[in-house]
Amino acid sequence: MNEMRLTIDGREVTATEGMTVLEAARSAGIFIPTLCYHEKLEPYGGCRLCMVEAETRGRTSLVAACVYPAVDGLLVRTRSEKLDRIRKTILELLLAHAPESPVLLDLAAEYGAEVNRFEHQASFCIHCGLCVRYCAEVKQKHAVGFVDRGIRKEICFIPEIAAKECPDCQACFPLCPTSYLQSVYVLTEALAFPASAEAGKA
Amino acid sequence: MDLERVDQIIDKHQGEASSLIQVLLDIQSENHWLPRDALERVGRKLNVPYTRIHHIATFYKAFSLVPKGRHEVHICMGTACHVRGAARVLDTVRDATGIKPGETDLDLKFSLETVNCLGCCALGPVMEINGTTHGNMTPGQTAEVLKQYE
Ligand code: SF4
Ligand code: FES
Repeated sequence: MNEMRLTIDGREVTATEGMTVLEAARSAGIFIPTLCYHEKLEPYGGCRLCMVEAETRGRTSLVAACVYPAVDGLLVRTRSEKLDRIRKTILELLLAHAPESPVLLDLAAEYGAEVNRFEHQASFCIHCGLCVRYCAEVKQKHAVGFVDRGIRKEICFIPEIAAKECPDCQACFPLCPTSYLQSVYVLTEALAFPASAEAGKA
Repeated sequence: MDLERVDQIIDKHQGEASSLIQVLLDIQSENHWLPRDALERVGRKLNVPYTRIHHIATFYKAFSLVPKGRHEVHICMGTACHVRGAARVLDTVRDATGIKPGETDLDLKFSLETVNCLGCCALGPVMEINGTTHGNMTPGQTAEVLKQYE
């Protein structure tokens, strides 16, 4: 296997072919904040919180560590004034959706993000896709998916599949960084299969 | 829509999952909307999860998940049409059909949409019905044109 050497925050890190910058950093115990990353899932690159500065041949670019492949000789900085500013803004935008999410509030404290910087939005979903991807990739049930796009994009359970698969699974609930997933599930359940919910409790 | 017809459309595209959007477009143009059983059939045959089909069908404006009228009326609201009186054309269509943009009448005769530019500003105000362009519309002409559609 091909060994590669990277420098992350001044430390020499070895990585193997096919690893991302995030994986290389984690293997060396270097922390990079993430929201949409999950080790069992394909990298998604949705939240951009894992943004780092990557320097090759004297040129620096901002890349998402969870999707950027580790290459030999890469110089990575996981924190800088610029990165902190970017993460702060990303967090403030996400907080407009989920101002009470503990995960977001912890990160907000770290990066000095203001909860009320942007007008609060009606939906708590931050579109990390963890629920949708976990259901599709790990459970392969496809009970929950995205609908629509842009500012109207939201998650949606397929009632028939959810009625069959979800009552005994619910593995996606703890993945959601906000409480949106659960609330949508409860709503779907109430509207589409209340009887089976009763049976489950009995 | 007849599911056999759906099968024919799928076969025409060799049942390839990569042709999903083409298949949906064909169903949409023939049937004017995408009924749930047709989507489920497409999903089973192309081996694509329903969540994915649902996402695609809601992503593109070309698709509709609710019934549409036999005649799709598009009124251009672009800048040029706007200054040339598109609002009056739209009012005429609303009065004649009784529907607002985004709606379909009960007889499934007309669906009405506004669009932002049809690319023929010199003909403004422009009304497009089933892909046919009607240019330089006055309210009177608009009403006449609508009468030609059954
Ligand atoms: S519901 Fe939760 S887990 Fe699913 S995409 Fe939205 S924020 Fe992510
Ligand atoms: S963790 Fe990399 S973009 Fe979300």
